[in-house]
Amino acid sequence: MLGIQKKNIHKRRTLPLVGPSVASLLLWMLVPLVMTLWFSFQRYQLLSPQNRGFIGWSNYSYLLSDPALWTALVNTLVLSGVVLIITVVLGLGLALLFAQDFPGNSVARILAISPFFVMPTVSALVWKNMLMHPVNGLFAFWSSLVGLPAIDWFGDWPMVSIILIVSWQWTPFALLVLMTALQSVDPQQKEAAYLDGAGTFAVFIHVVLPHIKRAIAMVVMIEMMFFLTIFAEIFVTTNGGPGLSTTNLAFLIYIRALLDFDIGVASAGGIIAIVLANIVAIFLIRTVAKSMDA
Amino acid sequence: MLQPSATYRNLITVSAWLIALLIFFPILWMFLAGFKTEIDAIASPPALLFAPTWENYIEVQSRANYLQSALNSIIISLGSTALALAIAAPAAYAFAFHPTKQTRNTLLWMLSTKMLPSVGVLVPVYLIFRDLGLLDTHIGLILINTLINLPILVWLLFSFFRDVPYEILEAGRIDGVSFVEELRHILIPLAMPGIASCALLSIILCWNEAFWSLNLTTSDAAPLTAFIASFSAPEGLFWAKLSAASTLAIAPILVIGWMSQRQLVQGLTFGAVK
Repeated sequence: MLGIQKKNIHKRRTLPLVGPSVASLLLWMLVPLVMTLWFSFQRYQLLSPQNRGFIGWSNYSYLLSDPALWTALVNTLVLSGVVLIITVVLGLGLALLFAQDFPGNSVARILAISPFFVMPTVSALVWKNMLMHPVNGLFAFWSSLVGLPAIDWFGDWPMVSIILIVSWQWTPFALLVLMTALQSVDPQQKEAAYLDGAGTFAVFIHVVLPHIKRAIAMVVMIEMMFFLTIFAEIFVTTNGGPGLSTTNLAFLIYIRALLDFDIGVASAGGIIAIVLANIVAIFLIRTVAKSMDA
Repeated sequence: MLQPSATYRNLITVSAWLIALLIFFPILWMFLAGFKTEIDAIASPPALLFAPTWENYIEVQSRANYLQSALNSIIISLGSTALALAIAAPAAYAFAFHPTKQTRNTLLWMLSTKMLPSVGVLVPVYLIFRDLGLLDTHIGLILINTLINLPILVWLLFSFFRDVPYEILEAGRIDGVSFVEELRHILIPLAMPGIASCALLSIILCWNEAFWSLNLTTSDAAPLTAFIASFSAPEGLFWAKLSAASTLAIAPILVIGWMSQRQLVQGLTFGAVK
């Protein structure tokens, strides 16, 4: 399990070594969490700080009866789910392609993984202004070439636009990890399967896929951690709009806390986000721990 | 195995290169726009042939806040990488070489803190920072970046230390080397590539971190992520200058990413995928 060496080397006191990490992470987890929990039961608006007090579940019932929360929740799940599917499927397809031997493949790979290193604020701005701009954008020009009207991406298809941008950023990540995993598939095993008369598809299903299963689990887990809290892309492009169409949980809490100055409601939203993330996390960490056992 | 036919190979080559260029295209387009005049940058049909100019770069350089933001990004990335490594390395060492019954659970627990959504704790962190006077300071962002990257760094260093062959350490101990000598002459040299890739990963993550930067800084400590985001305001829409600034903002990290792609996979997946 996790490759921990069982041999007991020196019996050294490890507390001074482990202590700083554990203490700082414990503080990082507990202090804000307890405060968030505390605030979530308070009437606490930064604009009227005198008017504070315990109000029980009001923030929660206010939030839970606010249609914005449900929209944000659905948007969060749609955004993370769709981007997850796109990046894993596309990333796997591209990994199979780029793992092949072809002239200049190391350069082509480097080009293909580049978007992953671009900061989200930059990629959002480039896509928004230079590609998807309805008048001067490159996409508008291309569609005019074939005689189609330009698409107002962020006006008419806001969620699709965000999904496109985030997928562009994260497909390279899946590609990078899965390509590395593919390269470690035992060629002899593949050859043996071919000699036994298995077709390319059968070899993929029975030899390749089981081998990279663990890598796929890793990609899903890491991407999920980032997708559930996508913020910069929305902040830079749509600001959550039009209306609430691209507001996810992260953005809703940001609006409530820093734009509406309502700490109580924002904290209740934070707790809801933490509960949601934990449901996902328990499921994911168990899957990963299991896949690492194999 | 069947030898792939020449047609098949050509098909692979052409499609892989086409797709690679397609994926890279937005970055290339941005890079080119940085050398255009503002008029060429928004021209439709797009200006494919243009006389390259450095004026955008000169203009961006002359805006003092660009250099300031770049400097902030460097201070924050390096600062929090150094701090995180200093805290993570001893723990990873202990986990790899002196495991106890709790080691596995502690490692999984650390990873689980990574699942704590930033938005869930934004409000208290904002208030704590406000009360401690850490808003819009380098120290504040260094602390935040250290904490959010710490679990990944512990795991990554742990997986590198774990790969150091036990026999080498044992041989050294039989020869009677002290703990400090063991660290200096055996462990650190062997784990150096791992420590380096760990540092690179941390720098990349800090450099691109946007959520906390946007929410906890305004001007003094605002790094490049926040600087670039300020261009999203309509009055700041000068595409050529935006492109030049963006190119400057991503170039260092892109090059680091290219150089360390292989170690990065190992890092990001905690060594589970080799």
